[in-house]
Amino acid sequence: MDRTWHKPLPAADLLLRGGRVVDPRSGIDAVQDVLVKRGRIAETGAAITAPKGAREVDVTGMLVLPGFVDLHAHLRAPGREDEEDVASGTLAAAAGGYVRVFAMANTDPAIDTAAGLRGMADVARAEAVVPLGFYGAVTRGLKGEQLTEMAELAEAGAVAFSDDGRPLATAVLVRRALQYAKITGRVVAVHGQDDSLFAGGQMHEGPVSARLGLAGIPSLCESLDVARALDMAAYEAAPLHVHHVSAAASLEALSRAKSTGLKVTAEATPHHLTMTDEAVVSLDSNVKMNPPLREEDDRQALVKALKSGLVDCVATDHAPHAPMSKDVPFEEAAFGTTGLETAFAVLYTDLVKRRALDLGTLVTRMSQAPAAIAGGEPPAIRPGALADLCVVDPRATWTVTVEGFKSKSANSAFLGRRLTGRVKLTVAAGRVAWEDDA
Amino acid sequence: MAKRDLISIEDLSREQVELLLDTAESFLPVLQRDIKKVPTLRGRTIVNLFWEASTRTSSSFDLAAKRLSADTIALKASGSAVEKGETLKDTAITLSAYGPDIIVMRHPSAGACQVLSANTEASVINAGDGKHQHPTQCLLDLFALRQTFGRDLGGMKVAIVGDILHSRVARSDIMGFQLLGMDVTLVGPPTLIPRGIDQMGVRVEHDIARLRDADVIYLLRIQKERISEGANFLPSLREYSRLYGMTRARLRPGQRVMHPGPINRGVEIGPDIADDDENLIALQVFSGLAVRMAILYRTVVGYSDAGSEEVL
Repeated sequence: MDRTWHKPLPAADLLLRGGRVVDPRSGIDAVQDVLVKRGRIAETGAAITAPKGAREVDVTGMLVLPGFVDLHAHLRAPGREDEEDVASGTLAAAAGGYVRVFAMANTDPAIDTAAGLRGMADVARAEAVVPLGFYGAVTRGLKGEQLTEMAELAEAGAVAFSDDGRPLATAVLVRRALQYAKITGRVVAVHGQDDSLFAGGQMHEGPVSARLGLAGIPSLCESLDVARALDMAAYEAAPLHVHHVSAAASLEALSRAKSTGLKVTAEATPHHLTMTDEAVVSLDSNVKMNPPLREEDDRQALVKALKSGLVDCVATDHAPHAPMSKDVPFEEAAFGTTGLETAFAVLYTDLVKRRALDLGTLVTRMSQAPAAIAGGEPPAIRPGALADLCVVDPRATWTVTVEGFKSKSANSAFLGRRLTGRVKLTVAAGRVAWEDDA
Repeated sequence: MAKRDLISIEDLSREQVELLLDTAESFLPVLQRDIKKVPTLRGRTIVNLFWEASTRTSSSFDLAAKRLSADTIALKASGSAVEKGETLKDTAITLSAYGPDIIVMRHPSAGACQVLSANTEASVINAGDGKHQHPTQCLLDLFALRQTFGRDLGGMKVAIVGDILHSRVARSDIMGFQLLGMDVTLVGPPTLIPRGIDQMGVRVEHDIARLRDADVIYLLRIQKERISEGANFLPSLREYSRLYGMTRARLRPGQRVMHPGPINRGVEIGPDIADDDENLIALQVFSGLAVRMAILYRTVVGYSDAGSEEVL
């Protein structure tokens, strides 16, 4: 049954000549040609002859990777199409090398009914340049009161359930959602946050918040709520996914849960993996996000967890905002940064090039691991597979600028950063979704 | 030439702070004359933008600008376009059309000065932004200390007592006092001391009896909303006063008391201290005028020594 939808684009006929194919799941890291015929990978190997009608692209010196999958994007449709819509959000995804994206339910109105989800699936069929799927809300209107009709939402194609942006405020609500998920067979995902500790917080609580006089969000605000959800998942023997882990203390709880064999997965964002609360000293509202950027110890623990697989995957938490929500004093600004177009380059520049993470592991965490969590076929570069791949120039350097985005919004925490690694071509579900003309 | 903003005490070097205090001192004779005005900033335009209640700071900035012969515009949130929903960015663009040299702003949110500065050619002076910074208060405090204890404040011990968590004055003072070589201790209930503040190089105490070695006791105002239901920073003002209220009996002879005002008589400060002439509170208010004249002057002419002779 379909959990993603996209607009009908012509199937690709392409010969990618001379690139370095890195597909950790198939154990491949070698210079190979890749032939795509009618959207499927027909052949990989040396010196493939281009068949008639196939376009040959010289990708010598470039990386040919399984395309990335994002389990956590806010595409703002329906309701805030001025900030992002399905067309712009999926184009931004394609420009970042993503071949599959899952959108959060905290839209206006929220995706809390099967009818709402089917409506968005229709929009995706008309507008999405890469396959797009949707979370269903756990509670109606994300109010944290009454469960949604999760079974019908699942039948309509909801990939998982999440009230992301809001925590599940009571233990009994977490329990009921996990119990009900046994009917739907879909994972419940939690945004770990104890609201009483959040209490108007602006940034991570620590020496930097003390110095700046900004209300702090303690690490415990996340880790207590994550631990509670994990305990409940163990009690109900139900699968659980933890959104955007930011604190080292949450990782400890996650590690304990995983060691007991619990079916639990977790994601981390590029910004939490590469930035710390020191960035907030600028009072630049683009570095205001929830969960907040934490301390260097947290960041290092997160990188280590991504490496080991304790954190299963990278997710962007792409959160576009209109200028009116960000071009205001820090304390009045909305939480969130965009991320689809910078994720790979940021992690390649800050982690792979600095040898904190190897390329193969990064590819696994950005592509095949999140695809598996979503219950879909993981992208693979092997004959017979649907072509879900991206071509990256690992030597190209570029600067993140407001003008450079395909997203409708430019509230990036990485503005001004000089990055290495540029996505040149993205083939999603066998269709060319992105080609860099630069 | 890049414009000069004063948003945080960290924007100033020790030399610049010393120069500002010297400049303020040079203005003192002006304030004692019959005609208390100099033509120094004639033809300059200064906007005072107060988006939050203020008596001392707004009146002293206004008077400081007038003493220097600048033209001033004063705006408050109530009765202005802010009430109609105008954003700070648009207010900045609107006011910039008048070509002001300086915009002085108080705002309830940290980060407001950065937004203002990004949208105006004028120099921005922070008159208090959220709980972040209040650099001109720090400078007038330093001036009052210099008037009392002499030019070299190095090695002096100051204890700041009260609600550190919510105090922009405390944050600016910690930085400014340390910049001039003073030793700072923070005292207050653990609920009102921010976690991690010790990394600013201060000592943290919760017992007011441990302040015997301080030369100066700097009291902070306790706001009533800290005892509101749900916040629970304090069980009651009475309890705070019992534990941390400063009275003559708790003071060691020779210790001097400061307070940024407005005071809560009977809460953080006993009437016996508020009414005696040993405290430096009135001197702080007086210092505010000279120091803000110096800040306006230095913001326009710069921090090089040349030029200070022509002030008078």
